Amino acid sequence: MTEDKKTLFIEGKEVEFTDEPNLLEVIRKAGMNVPTFCYRPDLTSFGACRMCVVEVEYPNGRKMINSSCTMPPEAGIKVSLNTEKTRRIRKTVLELLLANHDRKCLTCERSGDCELQQYAEEYGIKEIRYADKDDYLPVDNSSPSIVRDPNKCILCGACVRACDEFQHGVLGFANRGSRTLVQPMNGKPLADVECINCGQCVAVCPTGALTIKSDIEEVWSRVTNPEIKTVVHMAPSVRVALGEMFGLEAGTNSIGKINAALRKIGFDMVFDTNFGADLTIMEEATEFVGRVTKGENLPLFTSCCPAWIKYIETAHPEMLNHLSSCKSPMSMQSPVLVQLAPQMLGVDREHLTVVAIMPCTAKKFECKREELSQNGKQDTDFVLTTKELGKMIKSAGIDFANLEPEEADTPFGEYTGAGTIFGASGGVAEAAVRTAYQMVTGDELADIDILAIRGTSERCKEIELDLKGTKVTVRVVSTIKEAEKSLQEIKAGTAKFQMLEVMACPGGCINGGGQPRSCDNSKIKAQRAEGLYKEDRELPQRKSHFNPSVKKLYDEFLEKPNSHKAHELLHTVYTNRRKNCYISAGEE
Amino acid sequence: MNGSGTSIDFRAIDKILEKYDYKKSYLIAMLQSVQEIYKYLPEEAMTYIGEKVEDLSPATVYGVATFYAQFSLEPKGKYEIKVCDGTACHVRGSMPVLNAIRNKLNITEGKLTSENGLFSLETVSCLGACGLAPVVVINDKVYPQMTSDAVSIVIDTLLKEEGGN
Repeated sequence: MTEDKKTLFIEGKEVEFTDEPNLLEVIRKAGMNVPTFCYRPDLTSFGACRMCVVEVEYPNGRKMINSSCTMPPEAGIKVSLNTEKTRRIRKTVLELLLANHDRKCLTCERSGDCELQQYAEEYGIKEIRYADKDDYLPVDNSSPSIVRDPNKCILCGACVRACDEFQHGVLGFANRGSRTLVQPMNGKPLADVECINCGQCVAVCPTGALTIKSDIEEVWSRVTNPEIKTVVHMAPSVRVALGEMFGLEAGTNSIGKINAALRKIGFDMVFDTNFGADLTIMEEATEFVGRVTKGENLPLFTSCCPAWIKYIETAHPEMLNHLSSCKSPMSMQSPVLVQLAPQMLGVDREHLTVVAIMPCTAKKFECKREELSQNGKQDTDFVLTTKELGKMIKSAGIDFANLEPEEADTPFGEYTGAGTIFGASGGVAEAAVRTAYQMVTGDELADIDILAIRGTSERCKEIELDLKGTKVTVRVVSTIKEAEKSLQEIKAGTAKFQMLEVMACPGGCINGGGQPRSCDNSKIKAQRAEGLYKEDRELPQRKSHFNPSVKKLYDEFLEKPNSHKAHELLHTVYTNRRKNCYISAGEE
Repeated sequence: MNGSGTSIDFRAIDKILEKYDYKKSYLIAMLQSVQEIYKYLPEEAMTYIGEKVEDLSPATVYGVATFYAQFSLEPKGKYEIKVCDGTACHVRGSMPVLNAIRNKLNITEGKLTSENGLFSLETVSCLGACGLAPVVVINDKVYPQMTSDAVSIVIDTLLKEEGGN
């Protein structure tokens, strides 16, 4: 930064500022805070909730009240955070919000994790002077991933902005004044609109208006049933985020504790989706090398992100041939378990339940796909998000932070560094390159840290690689908004890349819709990603083709990558989900 | 939107979008043009605009359409009756006029269109013709100084033009 350092005063303390977009960021940088519902650093400022009001005194003595999330910092101003006036305004805002709010806190999914509840308590709201409302609107339970309860919405617009600015916008404001609602087009159920189930709306919602569809009770009923054997596997991003729910710092790798907690809950075998990720790389790198050799269906799109898959199926079915036919790590791991776990546990398929722990709400949709079932039974019976697992651990009374670390079960718990970095934007591409290089050149890639495609704040990253004469460009994007730009380049014929990695959540799965709340702190994403890269550096094997269990699985069961057997179990097909009414006159 | 059977000619909407260069800043003008064709905004048309115009979504288009009172999401009748209920018209007796129309056409409160689909009825806030209060406007024709009897005759005339009762 070359800007001059300017200063202003917060609560009498002189504070420097440079290019902060608003006063609230300056306040936070100075180690102080004001409450807010609608301000989310990764989204545009909206100024809807008026909770972040501060009293500002200008050098000429003029005083005014302003919302700090929309006010640019100015040199020389004196800012007071907690005056009689600002506290009174915040209290009134809270009371008015509560007047229109479903007050059934006790039975709310977000109880204990709700910003409205938290501020009401902090500001001493002991009584709501207004009568409870009598016109309750129906709750939308249609989506497999997200529950929308309009009675708990405070119209902060965070979800509308997240949906619009990250993805392709299925939520919007409707009507005006006191009749205003946040809803999909024409109040349709979420399942009937082009929602990709990413859950970013849930991640930014300050109340219980948008919550994760819970499968906790279903899973409890299986793990407590002695007739049923349960196996579980867990995605990379879970290990670096779950600890946050138990007071550990973001990015702390608690894989050992999670393994132990899962066994305490009652799962019979505990595996790691990173094994599935290594398997994905074997298949996807082979597919990529094949496509590059033949020059067909390029660029190849990665297929790990279920939100991205649904977007392509809905918005661009004409580009389905670009998608890798590989299932996601979760959906590769589960059918392998379905095939091999019954013998290991001595049960039939009917008495086996496969659970996957994911950072992702869209995986709840993925697991219900018909093409990911065998004989009418889903390969993955249930998907739990990181947050749901955290709740299970709490309700089981497990002292998570003090658990003795345990190892996952073999063989489907063994993984390499390539599998673990799948959780961060750029990780899938990096892991694929590490193996594809070997497949093309016969040599091992020496410098395997591909820094150019790492990072959680840039939404588009690119690197050109020289595979001993074969030049390939790999592009990495996160959010559908960003991916759409690359798709337009492909359509216009100007795309220069051969592989496109897409993760729908900004920064990748580590920032997924099922992760513990992190929307008021942009740093958490980077900390979680660093947690994964750290594990990668510390693992003995960092390339998928060196995973001994994966090698063994190919030797004994799958023959070789992209074999007939591998195709049967590890590859999938996609569906055109485009609705007729979007097809314009010219496309008919 | 309510199974009224309106079939949407997307080519006509494409023409409207072309006229406005597919720019989202022209959304209100686009919706007005669509409403000129159909007399209301069919859901499919709003979805189509949301999909085709960059940086818009169906939910946003719906949000704009429901924000402004000028847009109707329900089909309207062949005769659009607007009863002015601004202050001047109200004190000079617009409510009896409104009730007379409701009774005559059997349009209960909260409903927009008569059962035969010929008439739709709404109140508006002020037409700027306070000197002629109370005012009724039917398809852009102004009827000044209305009474319940006078408006009855106007509607009878329209019904006669439609050929019968």
